[in-house]
Amino acid sequence: MRELSLHILDIVQNSVKAEASVIEIDVNIHDGYINITIKDNGKGMDKELLNSVTNPFTTSRKTRKVGLGIPLIKMAAEKAGGSFKITSEKGVGTVVYSSFQIDHIDRMPLGDISETIVTLLDDKTDFVWKVRLNEKEFVFDTREVKNQLNPIPIDSVEVLVYLKSYIKENIESIIGGIIL
Amino acid sequence: MKTIADIKAIRDKMQAQIINRDNFDAQAETRIVVGMATCGIAAGARPVFNEFVEQVQNRNLKGVKVVRTGCLGMCKVEPIVEILVPGEPKVTYVKVDQEKAKNIVAKHIVAGQVCTDYLVDEE
Ligand SMILES: Nc1ncnc2c1ncn2[C@@H]1O[C@H](COP(=O)(O)OP(=O)(O)OP(=O)(O)O)[C@@H](O)[C@H]1O
Ligand SMILES: [Mg+2]
Repeated sequence: MRELSLHILDIVQNSVKAEASVIEIDVNIHDGYINITIKDNGKGMDKELLNSVTNPFTTSRKTRKVGLGIPLIKMAAEKAGGSFKITSEKGVGTVVYSSFQIDHIDRMPLGDISETIVTLLDDKTDFVWKVRLNEKEFVFDTREVKNQLNPIPIDSVEVLVYLKSYIKENIESIIGGIIL
Repeated sequence: MKTIADIKAIRDKMQAQIINRDNFDAQAETRIVVGMATCGIAAGARPVFNEFVEQVQNRNLKGVKVVRTGCLGMCKVEPIVEILVPGEPKVTYVKVDQEKAKNIVAKHIVAGQVCTDYLVDEE
């Protein structure tokens, strides 16, 4: 994976697969770190599964195949002077947190967040995206957008094109000028 | 700067189009399905997805939807894209990049010709 925003896309896809109805993503640039929190209300994991996803190598011999998404973001965070944490409760949901030291040589660029946001839009799932830098923040809540759009689907091509430039402009106004 | 209130204008325009179109129904929709699991994303599925969206919009194609799905099962040949045209068999393209996406829209979606060069190699 070459961008943090691609890791975000991948981890949010896990939440979608876990049938979350609301997924909250917070990208908080603060104090020399990029902190990324992805919180969902999907089906969650029991202790055994949770342990196996954080330690893929110890469990990969079992019948259940453990995927790559979580180990990859964990590795990327730890290589970039940051940290990783996952908590989950069966029937309640999951929180995936990772942080990245901004001026670490091995930190990958944040990349195109707006493209990640529009790629994930669909009518079944709601998203609350927050991009924050110091005191400034951009919040994108799909429930608000869907209210305005009703009954046009949020993932219609015309809507996706509009929202992408809307999101891009707003994110640039928050973090514009700073190379991330 | 664009605001979320502008979205209402898009809705009104699209609603007018739907009403104008004769017997609109979702069954008649063409679907471009992009695999978006870890292998797909690492291989470039996100820019491919967005290229399809842009092509469909720029060519003003109606009744075409671009959607993402999970793993399509062939990690080595990601990004994988399935084209579902109503009444026709599903076509699966492999190792799709933005250039191929442009051609798939022009040849397959618009002109109805399968891009045989992009199909999976049966060795
Ligand atoms: N948000 C979540 N809610 C519930 N279960 C989850 C969540 N995220 C991960 N899991 C569980 O952890 C497993 C491993 O996730 P991981 O992303 O590492 O791999 P994967 O999604 O199975 O495959 P891939 O390599 O395509 O990402 C998942 O298969 C799923 O069972
Ligand atoms: Mg995954």
